[in-house]
Amino acid sequence: MKREIPLIITALIGIVFIIQFFIPHEPFHSLSDIFSDWFSIIQACAIWLGALNLVKLSLDKIGKQGMIAVGSAVSLALLVAIFYAPGFLAGRLPLILFLLAFMLMFAGQYSRSRVKEDWFLSVSTVVSFVIIIIAGFAFSNGRQFLEPGTRFDYLYQYVYSPLSATMFAMLAFFVASASYRAFRARNKEATMLLLAAFFVMLGRVPLGDWLTSFMPEGARLSSLADWVMNFPNAAGQRAIMIGIALGVVSTSLRIILGIERSHLGGES
Amino acid sequence: MNLRPSTILVLVVSAILFVLSANSYGFALTLAAFFTLGIFSFLYKDNPMYKFCEAVFVGISAGYWFVSLYYQNLLAKLIDPLVADPVGSGAIPYYVVAILGIMMLMRLVPSIGWISRWPLSVIVGATAGLWFITYLQSNAMLQLQNTIMPIQEYAADGSLNWYQSIGNLTVMIGTITGVIYFFFSKEHKGAFGTSAKVGIWFLMITFGASFGYTVMSRMSLLIGRMDFLFGDWLQLIL
Repeated sequence: MKREIPLIITALIGIVFIIQFFIPHEPFHSLSDIFSDWFSIIQACAIWLGALNLVKLSLDKIGKQGMIAVGSAVSLALLVAIFYAPGFLAGRLPLILFLLAFMLMFAGQYSRSRVKEDWFLSVSTVVSFVIIIIAGFAFSNGRQFLEPGTRFDYLYQYVYSPLSATMFAMLAFFVASASYRAFRARNKEATMLLLAAFFVMLGRVPLGDWLTSFMPEGARLSSLADWVMNFPNAAGQRAIMIGIALGVVSTSLRIILGIERSHLGGES
Repeated sequence: MNLRPSTILVLVVSAILFVLSANSYGFALTLAAFFTLGIFSFLYKDNPMYKFCEAVFVGISAGYWFVSLYYQNLLAKLIDPLVADPVGSGAIPYYVVAILGIMMLMRLVPSIGWISRWPLSVIVGATAGLWFITYLQSNAMLQLQNTIMPIQEYAADGSLNWYQSIGNLTVMIGTITGVIYFFFSKEHKGAFGTSAKVGIWFLMITFGASFGYTVMSRMSLLIGRMDFLFGDWLQLIL
């Protein structure tokens, strides 16, 4: 039952998606719509699972003592603040935080984990997670949570966006050292790699056309870069895409027919 | 976690800048600059400030998707239809998927984690069925169709369009030889081996062009962050 039913579900849903392409009528059309919604909902649950697992692992690193200490301190501080400064802390936030802190304290009582060395980083992760979900669920106009001016948008614009953009921007330095190794003309193939990258990079910036401005328009570096991108590059991309497609089709068939079962994990 | 003097200095400078940012927008910019500099500090070496920013990034990313998927998927596709018609026959699929969703979260409890295989099999089955068709149609058939093009292309005035004709021939040779290179069931020898070698040249051009594009996109992101730091934040670039 642990393996057979999942295999039947996989085969059934996979076959419905294939059939609805060839027979776009009832009942396959409706079934396909239902399964598409199911896919989105379960996908959301899978990502929720990942996020909750992250919190669970982080709390594990904070340890029993850390969870009780943080939970007690925050609940006590909020209780005192709510009683002594009700105007200052009016609204939903203190109550939500109090409930979360109380839950943390309660979870700490049953935890067996000890404080790990990098507990501070785990606290940072959990606090960031809690802050953004409180902002998203309690202070961002519900469904309009992405609208400019909401607390969620504030966190997105000034915390999430700079962090993710800088993470990828930092790759510029590593890609520079990687290109030094990749673009060395050691043999014929590496030279072709170097030349293609050279023409594409120089042809895509104004300097390329400025250097070849004395030449007719069709022979300038930008035109050469366009030609490389449109023809030899397209040919290589196409060969790769055809190879990937054949691989995906055969793997999909193996999954639907139950030959490929690695997604079910071990026997337990 | 040991804090080095350089990290403490950066934290103190950041704290002073936060305080000096009197208005809300200034504070927000300084907050963004703090995280930008925190991530860039890794270029010196792995340090507590980078680790802190990385931990915040992980938490914020998880929270961002947690909230977004609730409103965009769970609320719109599950809770709204159930609230609109909770007892009708049309609600049955939504109850089924709600149960499957809860089963997915059971993974958090190791002793009953195997229950999550059921919803997982829905995702795997749907992906397999959908990709079987889309990849066969767009990545295999359509690409093959676009490869078989006339070698002689003529311009509007009736003259031979050399640019397009040579290009079409290049695409045809490149695609066929590229696919030959990926065929490993036959030894790459003789005419077959020569074709595979030509295929490698085309693949190398593709990798070079893709790598060149990657370098440029990363550089443009770096320029964007520098523009933010020196323009938006420090106002040195107007």
